[in-house]
This record gives sequence, C-alpha cells and structure tokens, in this order.
Amino acid sequence: MIAFLIYKTIICVCVFGLSLGVAAYSTWWERKFASFLQDRVGPDRAGPFGLLQPLADGGKMFFKEEIIPNVSNRFLFILGPSLFMITSLMTGAIIPWSKDVTIGGVVYPMQITDINIGILYLLGVASIGVYGIMIGGWASNNKFALLGAVRASSQMISYEIAMGISVIALIITTGGTLSLREIVAQQDAGLCNFVYQPLGFLIFFICALAETNRAPFDLAECESELVGGYHTEYSSMKLGLFLFAEYINMFVSSAIMAGFYFGGYNFPFAHEFYNAIGLAEGSWLISLIGFGCYFTKIFLFICLFMWVRWTLPRFRYDQLMNLGWKILLPLSLLNLAITVVVEYFRGNIHF
Amino acid sequence: MILGYTITQWLFGILSFLAIMFALMVVFSRNPINSVLYLVLTFFCIAGHYLLLNAQFLAVVHIVVYSGAIMVLFLFVIMLMNLNEDTEPQRTWLNKIIAAVAGGMLLFVMVGSLKGAEQLQYKQWGSSQIGLIKNLGMVLFKDFLFPFEIASILLLAAMVGAIMIGKKEIK
Repeated sequence: MIAFLIYKTIICVCVFGLSLGVAAYSTWWERKFASFLQDRVGPDRAGPFGLLQPLADGGKMFFKEEIIPNVSNRFLFILGPSLFMITSLMTGAIIPWSKDVTIGGVVYPMQITDINIGILYLLGVASIGVYGIMIGGWASNNKFALLGAVRASSQMISYEIAMGISVIALIITTGGTLSLREIVAQQDAGLCNFVYQPLGFLIFFICALAETNRAPFDLAECESELVGGYHTEYSSMKLGLFLFAEYINMFVSSAIMAGFYFGGYNFPFAHEFYNAIGLAEGSWLISLIGFGCYFTKIFLFICLFMWVRWTLPRFRYDQLMNLGWKILLPLSLLNLAITVVVEYFRGNIHF
Repeated sequence: MILGYTITQWLFGILSFLAIMFALMVVFSRNPINSVLYLVLTFFCIAGHYLLLNAQFLAVVHIVVYSGAIMVLFLFVIMLMNLNEDTEPQRTWLNKIIAAVAGGMLLFVMVGSLKGAEQLQYKQWGSSQIGLIKNLGMVLFKDFLFPFEIASILLLAAMVGAIMIGKKEIK
C-alpha cells in the first residue's frame, strides 16, 4: 500500500512537472518558431539560444504589480485563473505516457490513473474549463473582459459538439472502449487510428485549436477589437496563469491527438526493433523509447499548432460560428455515418 | 472503519451535507452569479453520489450536461443582464405572501408524497454493475430502446420549439 502510494505520488509529480516544464518551454519555442517563420532572430539574450527566457519571463510575472479592480468581486477574480489552471492540469492524469515497466515482478503503469470512462472524463474537464474564463471575465467588471469571456465560452461550447461526435466515431473504430490506455494499446500491432479516421482527425484537430483558444480561433483575446479579451484586467502572475494554462492545454491536446490518432508511444515495427536489439517486454528501456516516441509526436503537434498560429489570420466571429455549426457539425455527423457503415462491413459492429 | 462507519458511509454523509448546504446557499445568496455557482457545486455533489452508486457514466454526463452546458448558459444570461439594485422590480407585501403560500403548498405536497415512500421497495435491476457504460448501453439500446427513442423525439421537439421562439420575425 505504502509502495503504491509512493509510486503514484512520484508519477503525479512527474506529470505535473512535465506539463509545467513543457508549457514553459513552449513559450520559448513559440517565440523561436515565430522568429524563424518571420525571418528574425527571436529571443537570444537570456542564456544560450535564449534558453533561460521562460525563467526570466516567469520571474518578471511574479514581481509585477498585482492589481485587483476595486469594484470587482475579489474572490471570483482570483478564482477565475486558478480554476482555468487546475482544469488544464487535470487532463494530464489519464494520458498513458508510455508502456508499463515491470520491476521485480511488479507492473508499474506509466499513467496516473486509467479510468474506464477516460474520454468522457476529458470532455467533462474540458467543459468545466469554461468556468475559469467566464468567472474571470465577469469578475473583472469590464465590458471588454465580459465580451471576451462570452466569446471564449460560446466558442468552446460550440466546438465541443463537433469534437464529441468525431470522438464517437473514433470509439466505434476502436471497438467501444472509452479508456485511453486501451485505445493507445490497440494501435500497438496494427495501423494507427489516423488511417481509419482521417476526417475525424481533421475535425478533432480544428476543434482542438478552437478549444485551446489558439489562432486562428483566438477571438477571445482579439487585440484589435477587445483589448486583451477576458484577461484585460489581469496583471502579474494571475495573467501568467491564464497564458500558461493555454500552453498546458496545447500540450495536453497534442498528447491526446497523438494518443488517439497516431498511436501514442507505439511506432511502426516496434516489436521487430525491440527483438532485434534484444529487449524483453516490460523493460524500462522499452518504456523510455516509447516515451521518446510519444514525445516526438507531441512536439510535432505543438509545432503544428504554432505553424498554424503564425500562418493564418484570425477568423471573424460569425465565420467562426458558421464553421463550427454549419460545416464541422454536419461533417462530423457524416464521418460518424461513414464510420458506422464501414465498420459494419468490416464486421466490428453486431446487431 | 472510522468511528463506526465505513468510508462509503462517510463519503455519503459528507456529500449529502455539502449538497444540501450548497442548495440552501443557492436560495439564500443575494448575488445571482453566486447562486449559479453554488448550483454548479450542488451538481458536483450529486455527481459524487452517482459515483458512490457505481454509476460513472451518469456522473460524468451529469457534469458535462448540467455543469458544463446548462449552467454555462445560465451564467451567460445572468452575466449579460443588468443586475443593479435600483433596476430590480420592487416586491410588494402581497407578492411575498403569495410566494410564501405557493412555496409552502409545494412543500406540503412533497412531504405528503414522501409519506408513502417507506412502503416503496427498491427494485434491484440487474447487478450493481448496471451503471457501467457497457451495461447501461446494453440496457438502453436493447431492453428500453423504444422509450429511449421516444425521449429523444421529445427532446428534438423541445429543441425545434426553442429555435422557433428564439428566431427573429420574418418579414
């Protein structure tokens, strides 16, 4: 029991640190990537290649003056960013980071917890994440902040529908399991789910962009119209939490996409490779290689997020809603119908 | 066992206490935004009860639908309304008396219906695993398919009605 608790504590701390570390270095990488796309140098003053830039930014955030508007509800004003940060960290709990490690006959899964309704848990946490933005935007007592909050949350609610339906199609392909661990493990030997669900992946990716409030869907913080959107009134580390949580969301949704559609820690000819170098199942080295593979995929997805951000201009708000309701929703329903028919003829659905 | 009760009983007691407390706070808090937020917390407590009953699917759907969708819409409406004290309509004594009588009668009816509740017997349907998503899906789509589809038509009708009411007048 004690060993189990210690092991779970260690893995919780690792996932927590990983999320925060990746989020911190995503800010650095985003600026480097943007400078590469725009033919600039980017941050290069703090440390070699500007590698200490996130630390400098974080330190700056902590030492800035903290302003809480006089007329706003103080408790809710602080609750907003905290809630947003908590919900973005919660999703990391069910991601299977790598293969199980067997040490001395005991199996250690590289996952905080595997719940058999994992996907529903993801959707649930995503729908709770809206509250952080809404409460923060309202408690700012500022018209721009309120409009930004309303925009952000209506956008997130709208795109959750198409996202949910594309996930249902994925569940049908994977034989009805809702556990992330099983979905990733099923892609071990065969092809990855992307082959069966190309359209579903595209819809999921677009919805993930919208859910994380990233460009071209960053209307919630559209400077030209809304000053700073829902975080207009925020300063110091509370602003930092909002910005930081966005990067954590990006990291987690990249991890989910890589796990759902691109096999997570699996890679082609993995078993042949392990046999060739003589590694037994359950070795920590296999787990490490799997983790490296998963992380490469996540990194590529994060790069894709950034590439999109620095390439495409922002949508107009009515265009955003039209895309969500009139294009993505019917498209995801079509995808669902096609999936059902195809899976019926593949013999995976029984009546 | 802690103080003679199992952990499940402790959880049940704590969750029930919190649910009732938050439900009371919904009614008693002056600020409508706080009321909505307390209602969300109440929903979370009820979802906890579902988890205790081993109904994970119901618990998560409860959170997704009620806390994640319906209450967000409530928040939208309340946040965009003008809630200053002076724009609130004044309530006269007559209004208050009518509200108290109507509420008291509702309470009366509910207490009256609870009186017969002790004769009710729990019908164990299937096993305690019925709340798991696989078993629930089997029951819904095999044994109770017809009522389930009827309920979906009811929801569709409600949705069409809401869109009709919300639509702008066509000239």
